[in-house]
Amino acid sequence: MDTKTLYARLNKVFQDVFDDDSITVNPKTTADDIDDWDSLEHITLINAVEREFKMKFKMGEISSMKNVGEMAQIIAARAKA
Amino acid sequence: MQELMYPFDAEFIIKKRKSLRRTLLADGSKRLKKKIAVFGGSTTNDIVVYLDLFLLNQGIEAVFYQSEYAQYWQDAMFPSEELLSFQPDIVFIHTTNRNISHYPTVKDDKATVQSLLDSEYARFEQMWTKIAETYHCPIIQNNFEMPFYRLMGNKDCSDYRGRMHFLTALNEKFYEYADKTEGFYINDINYVSASYGLKAWSDPSYWNMYKYAMCVEAIPFFSFNLSCIIKSVFGKNKKALALDLDNTLWGGVVGDDGVEGIRIGQETGESQSYYEFQSYIKSLKDLGIILTVCSKNDHQNAIAGLNHPEGALKPDDFIIIKANWENKDRNILETAAELNILPDSIVFVDDNPAERAIVSAQIPGIAVPEMDSVENYIMTLDGNGFFEVTTFNEDDLKRNEMYKANAQRAAQQATFADYHEYLQSLDMTAVIDDFLPVYLQRITQLSNKSNQFNVTTKRYTPTEMETVFESSEISSVTMGWCRLLSAKKMRKMPLCCTWNCG
Repeated sequence: MDTKTLYARLNKVFQDVFDDDSITVNPKTTADDIDDWDSLEHITLINAVEREFKMKFKMGEISSMKNVGEMAQIIAARAKA
Repeated sequence: MQELMYPFDAEFIIKKRKSLRRTLLADGSKRLKKKIAVFGGSTTNDIVVYLDLFLLNQGIEAVFYQSEYAQYWQDAMFPSEELLSFQPDIVFIHTTNRNISHYPTVKDDKATVQSLLDSEYARFEQMWTKIAETYHCPIIQNNFEMPFYRLMGNKDCSDYRGRMHFLTALNEKFYEYADKTEGFYINDINYVSASYGLKAWSDPSYWNMYKYAMCVEAIPFFSFNLSCIIKSVFGKNKKALALDLDNTLWGGVVGDDGVEGIRIGQETGESQSYYEFQSYIKSLKDLGIILTVCSKNDHQNAIAGLNHPEGALKPDDFIIIKANWENKDRNILETAAELNILPDSIVFVDDNPAERAIVSAQIPGIAVPEMDSVENYIMTLDGNGFFEVTTFNEDDLKRNEMYKANAQRAAQQATFADYHEYLQSLDMTAVIDDFLPVYLQRITQLSNKSNQFNVTTKRYTPTEMETVFESSEISSVTMGWCRLLSAKKMRKMPLCCTWNCG
């Protein structure tokens, strides 16, 4: 999967979870950039991303990812579809 | 909303929860407003998010109070001002096996384990009593799901020191309490977790990371199950089934294949599946669910099919049989009118997706489950919790008889010269009586099911009605009760009139 496709799909997941079609994520995006992205919504987001890319984050990764770029790297390495 | 009908796609619901909620709120339907207090032994946020969605879909718009993380016992025993002024209509206690304070160890003797069990249970009963005294509202309590590991292996379930054994014994004590306590309901997470798959359900990473007592994707299933109890308590159960015949109650088309050609009975796997489905429907009838037929068939073919010697259902089991070539939505509206129930309290069961689409588009609020293949029919109907039982009494057992008598009377009516003559022939007597405890359950049921004699349209839970019974201000809420007795076919038909002058 190329980076562009990955970000397009990731972006759609963000739009669905936060119910906001105006969201565009980039590698530098963090929770501070999206209004509703708190620790509770983070759980929903992680689940939705895992289902979209048919992969699992490891427990340690979920709390240590600093931005969308780091998330995308893990996805790129582990995504099954 | 079809997306929230069982079997639903939890992944989709999780992702789209916000837009689904928006759509439900914008559909213009009128909903009951209810206040729900959630006392959690683990994180409850997502549980509330999905509960809210499913309740909106079932006609209830709820506002929620959630206790601080794991403060369920403190909140129940020492309620804050905020909670007291919230005045919940229902209290839900969300505890799981993660909230057991002391499990037995393999070193304990029998007496020690028994006292652990007693003290664990006492903690709960004390809390339920306090909640009932404080809020006089229904209480919903989770039972316990089985643990995700078995220290003693298979022996864990039979040895008194095993956790499986301990939780099972505790569950039994909960059931005893539920059995003798009006307005107290068990949310059976032991079943839901098993049905979901205990291994996935109890994935420990969700507890260790987020303090969720189950995995995130199981939460919609959990909340849906809970929503069924709540909507049932507040009178939002479905009342009747409108059943298609060909390829729904039997395999094949009776008009083409003939009675001998339809597949029902014990011959093949397929015919057994249809037989099992017919038996399930027949048991629903015993629960007081009204059975009707809505089928595109010649009437005589329909009756012949229902008289198949190998079938479990017979024409007599149905209150109304509409077998004709009219549009199904029209037949269902007529059925509803004849039964004097609202069309949205009907579940339409049909294997044909086109018929389902038309009916669900034409009749707002009607439930149209996706009946895809006969082996799934029972699970699809059962899983939707349309008829969730929260009270069950003799009237439910007799309901079909009563509706049948009504239908027969309607037919009889036609043979009298005028209505007056007909009424006289029924030889009715009315008894007007006080509020007696023996009528409590029925009066509560009526206040929830009908607006006809309930001009305030206020709904009462059994606990609230009991308060009204015992209230010293009974003069401001006057209730009349009368019973019609007929010498003919009509049996006892209690009516309940409530009006509030206060």
